[in-house]
Amino acid sequence: MSRPDPRGSRLSGSGLTLAYDQRVVAEDLDVVIPDESFTVIIGPNACGKSTLLRALARMLKPKKGAVHLDGSVITSLPSKEVARRLGLLPQSSIVPDGITVTDLVARGRYPHQRLMRQWSRADEAAVAEAMRATDVAGLGDRIVDELSGGQRQRVWLAMALAQETPILLLDEPTTFLDISHQIEVLDLCADLHEAGRTMVAVLHDLNQACRYATHLVVMRHGRIVAEGEPSAVVTPELVEHVFELRCEIIPDPQTGTPLIVPEARRRVSADA
Amino acid sequence: MTRPTTRPGAGPGAVRRRGAVRVGPWSLRPAPRALVAGPALVLVAFAVAVAAISTGEFTVPVPDVLAALFGQGTPVAELIVGKLRAPRVVTGLLVGAAFGLSGALFQSLTRNPLGSPDFIGFTAGASTGGILAVVTGGTAAQIAGGSMAGCVVTAALVYGLAFRRGVQGYRLVLVGIGANALLNSVSFYLLTRANINDAATAGAWLTGSLGGRGWDHAVPVALALAVLLPICLYVSRPMRMIEMGDDAARSMGINVEAVRAAAITAGVLLCGVATAAAGPVVFVALAAPQLARRLTRSPGVTLTASALVGAVLLTLSDLVAQRLIAPQQLPVGVVTAAIGGVYLALLLRKDRH
Repeated sequence: MSRPDPRGSRLSGSGLTLAYDQRVVAEDLDVVIPDESFTVIIGPNACGKSTLLRALARMLKPKKGAVHLDGSVITSLPSKEVARRLGLLPQSSIVPDGITVTDLVARGRYPHQRLMRQWSRADEAAVAEAMRATDVAGLGDRIVDELSGGQRQRVWLAMALAQETPILLLDEPTTFLDISHQIEVLDLCADLHEAGRTMVAVLHDLNQACRYATHLVVMRHGRIVAEGEPSAVVTPELVEHVFELRCEIIPDPQTGTPLIVPEARRRVSADA
Repeated sequence: MTRPTTRPGAGPGAVRRRGAVRVGPWSLRPAPRALVAGPALVLVAFAVAVAAISTGEFTVPVPDVLAALFGQGTPVAELIVGKLRAPRVVTGLLVGAAFGLSGALFQSLTRNPLGSPDFIGFTAGASTGGILAVVTGGTAAQIAGGSMAGCVVTAALVYGLAFRRGVQGYRLVLVGIGANALLNSVSFYLLTRANINDAATAGAWLTGSLGGRGWDHAVPVALALAVLLPICLYVSRPMRMIEMGDDAARSMGINVEAVRAAAITAGVLLCGVATAAAGPVVFVALAAPQLARRLTRSPGVTLTASALVGAVLLTLSDLVAQRLIAPQQLPVGVVTAAIGGVYLALLLRKDRH
């Protein structure tokens, strides 16, 4: 069986069997994250997409196989070294009581700091830049707990950005947000991708995935069933196979990317 | 990155507002309130200590206290200060600091203000160990050893029972509360089986007291703090990251389980050694970290400030315990328990809103 060449891209996984304790979630996965792509992993609930992301972020040790970062097995690299190359925005994090926006973003500098070097000029510059890029600079002295959901997610993103990693993984960054904030966060991710970062995100919404991804990884029952550019892989047959949903696919009027329109079970007659 | 900032320049200003201290390659970013609160707490602790040494049945004027502390006093003053009062006050300061630090470690680990060793069974384990030594006619050293052993064994059991792919804070709290209830009933059973004299001794010890404490009580606590405080300071930065969640901390390159194991070990030993010296004094480990957090306005738990607040709380409570209905002496645990009840009520009242 052919394995993806781990040296071909910075981040890849080969022969991955992923399990929580004895419960196997995914078996024999091969995945390559193209450099400087905006890769989106998608699939129905419990298909193993978040598990795959966690394995790529070395949060979960594979039962079999290995994740490679820059040609080395990721678990063989010093943990802080990995944290300077690869960042993760977890699905949910806990906001420390009473912390200000600036102080939370500054925590993203941890992998660059040492006991006696806790706040260098580089730290200061990175935090300021991360806050500018995510448009939270004006919120610096606000208490994070008191922000809206959308603002808070931008602050968490700023913290991940302050880490200054060329690769950024995001586990369902739009969950718990209303639609306008979902778009706001995804637009921000697209900006970060345009600025040269490799972005990998797990998303729920297939239409959003098609609109923002440059590379799509489609999963079902712990296996990857399709990979590639959204316009090339998303077909009515694939959607029916993966999501058990009959649909029509039309070009998105705004972007021309595939737009999934679910089949209506009851048609409303126009002259009724 | 093309997003315009709403207020250009506001960001760097906000980032710079908290000053950095930089010397060559070294740099620190202290919180402004902590810089004031730390020295202020040291001064308060010193003032309370001097007041406790100076007053009592026989008043030693403050200048004489200071002279005696530096070996320049009259023989009488040196006897009262050096032999009788100073050891008690120093033991109080050290035990308070150890309880405060232990509480801060566990509240941070469990991400819960109720996750302090007096709630999750560790202090109760130390009590049971101590009482077992009392009722079997143990010496003072055996009582201390018994409580230390009780604390460590309880912690190992609670940790083991709560472990499932790492230890989650709420599991530690739940298992700990169970252990607490169980151990308290064991302690009371032991009291019922003891002869009346042993039971009286054990009852007094169970309240927690600094009465009659000498240098031999202070030294083990001082040694434990000397070894464990640097470890605590070393893990305090990664611990602050772990407060944001295990995944968040791991993604920053932190070995979460190693940091947690170090913090638990330090917290258990501090709690054990403090209980061995003064008995299970309640409330200090619970309240010190929360008071310290409010004083320093720091996000999350602060270890050094918690130790200082613990030291002040316990010595101040002991001063009250000695003077409140003098010449009658109260055990310090009675005072801390009384303050603790009020504090808990306030904490719950605040959480309602």
